[in-house]
Amino acid sequence: MALSEKDVQYVAKLARLEVTEQEVAKYTQQLGNILGYIEEMGKLDTSNVEPLTHPLDMKNVFREDVVVPSLTQTEVLSNGPEVQSGHFKVPKIM
Amino acid sequence: MELYQKTIHEIAADLKAKKVSSVELTKATMAHLKAVEPKVQSFITVTEEVALAQAAEADKRLASGSNITPLTGVPLGIKDLLCTKGVQTTCASKMLEGFKPPYNATVVERLNAAGAIMVGKTNMDEFAMGSSTESSYYMKTKNPWNLSCVPGGSSGGSASCVSADQAFASLGSDTGGSIRQPAALCGIVGLKPTYGRVSRYGLIAFASSLDQIGPMTKDVEDCALMMNVIAGHDEKDSTSANVAVPDYTTEMKKSIKGLKIGIPKEFFPEGMNPEVTEATKKAIDQLKSLGAEVHEISLPHSPYSLAAYYVLAPSEASSNLARYDGVRYGLRVPGENIVEMYSKTRAAGFGPEVKRRIMLGTYALSSGYYDAYYLKALKVRRLIKQDYDKAFEKVDIIVTPTVPNPAFKFGEKTDNPLTMYLEDVFTISINIAGVPGLSLPCGLSKTGLPIGLQMIGKPFDEATLLKAAYAYEQSTDWHKRKPSLKEN
Repeated sequence: MALSEKDVQYVAKLARLEVTEQEVAKYTQQLGNILGYIEEMGKLDTSNVEPLTHPLDMKNVFREDVVVPSLTQTEVLSNGPEVQSGHFKVPKIM
Repeated sequence: MELYQKTIHEIAADLKAKKVSSVELTKATMAHLKAVEPKVQSFITVTEEVALAQAAEADKRLASGSNITPLTGVPLGIKDLLCTKGVQTTCASKMLEGFKPPYNATVVERLNAAGAIMVGKTNMDEFAMGSSTESSYYMKTKNPWNLSCVPGGSSGGSASCVSADQAFASLGSDTGGSIRQPAALCGIVGLKPTYGRVSRYGLIAFASSLDQIGPMTKDVEDCALMMNVIAGHDEKDSTSANVAVPDYTTEMKKSIKGLKIGIPKEFFPEGMNPEVTEATKKAIDQLKSLGAEVHEISLPHSPYSLAAYYVLAPSEASSNLARYDGVRYGLRVPGENIVEMYSKTRAAGFGPEVKRRIMLGTYALSSGYYDAYYLKALKVRRLIKQDYDKAFEKVDIIVTPTVPNPAFKFGEKTDNPLTMYLEDVFTISINIAGVPGLSLPCGLSKTGLPIGLQMIGKPFDEATLLKAAYAYEQSTDWHKRKPSLKEN
């Protein structure tokens, strides 16, 4: 599957990455090469293979529903770029 | 021999016997660290104040004579993606410049509880994405064996600081080879434990189903000592396994007579660096002479592991790194609205390799491509895992080279990302299968660069890896060689 500049622009938008024209050109070429390599996997017949998402045989892990100490609001907000009245402040959404 | 040149097990004996105090040791190590740092550049942050305060505490503990561990009072380096409370943790990214975590990673808590000293936060590839530490936003770490070569990556600073005696050991993390490859290139021991063996709580995530924290040390005994402290279940990490942890230093010293070693033919491809092939073959002969049985085996799907990895790891990364949005921590670049703020922040905060992988992962997970890439890679993952399961029915450990070549020069592989990715061709399938892998020094190239030997073990059987590695190491002197700290 050849990758176009339009694909790269679309993916950058999905990933919330502002990209310049030069970056789009560079990434189209580089990602195209990498995808070409990845498509080597196509040589393997995997029609009867179940996907494996995780190396360990994991099940849901539960704990007792008891309150334990956690970070304070001040600690949680301490790295916020913009904080006001106990909240993270962001630019307008709508 | 200077104090800072010793191993953990040597210096622990000195500390316990009160031949030296932790404050004296920490000051001596810090002085050496600073003296060579302009050449090597292992650390993003040097934590002298923290270190000296911890050393004073350690001395109280040593004086009281109780609750002393082999790490009490010993200076260590910590990779800058492990959260350290109140101490800047950057992931070598501009995105997290100035970020001071409000809590410690579990491994850091465990080292603190053992009385270890943190001398600094080590340099790495940005968000652990790379094999040379060149993608760090902050600095280029040099290989102590030849300052014009890379130290490997992503745990490059964690490897160089141990190799250059700036710390007695360090913690690294390994998603596709990031502990073992720099350990090999810098001539030290590095262990990626079984997935789930060490808690990832407080490890800033790259690819959550592949990441694992592990020790980087001057010799195998030190590696066992570090594992004794960091391994074990943690309820804060739901993927940490509740499996009993043996005393690794006891296990390590047992005989390897009759140990079955598998040599996978896929790891000796034609055209591989002849010096690496020769050093590996010699090491295998050495293990045979120590009583091990050698069997040729096959891991038929391993040639596909790199391709599967470059779908799985970027896919997980694209999801994990969505959290850097300029809201709760890290960089924020203002925008007219929230989407513009996100996009500008992420454009300015991430470097080119991180952006490349985020886009690759976003693409692989996007509508219409999911089956062809992500689902396919998960199926290949099962085939790779099955290869290891089958191999371990016949053998106890698998031995391969760690990396196809010794350290390379700066800039040699930065133009073409694929050539950089190939650095991990022998280490990556281990993460995909979740099994443990260890690298230890097994030779020097003609140009004086270290060569690493990789040992791969059954899940949760780090003890057998350490045993084989210890037996080999004790019959050689590669681990006693010291780097020149010169440019060649």
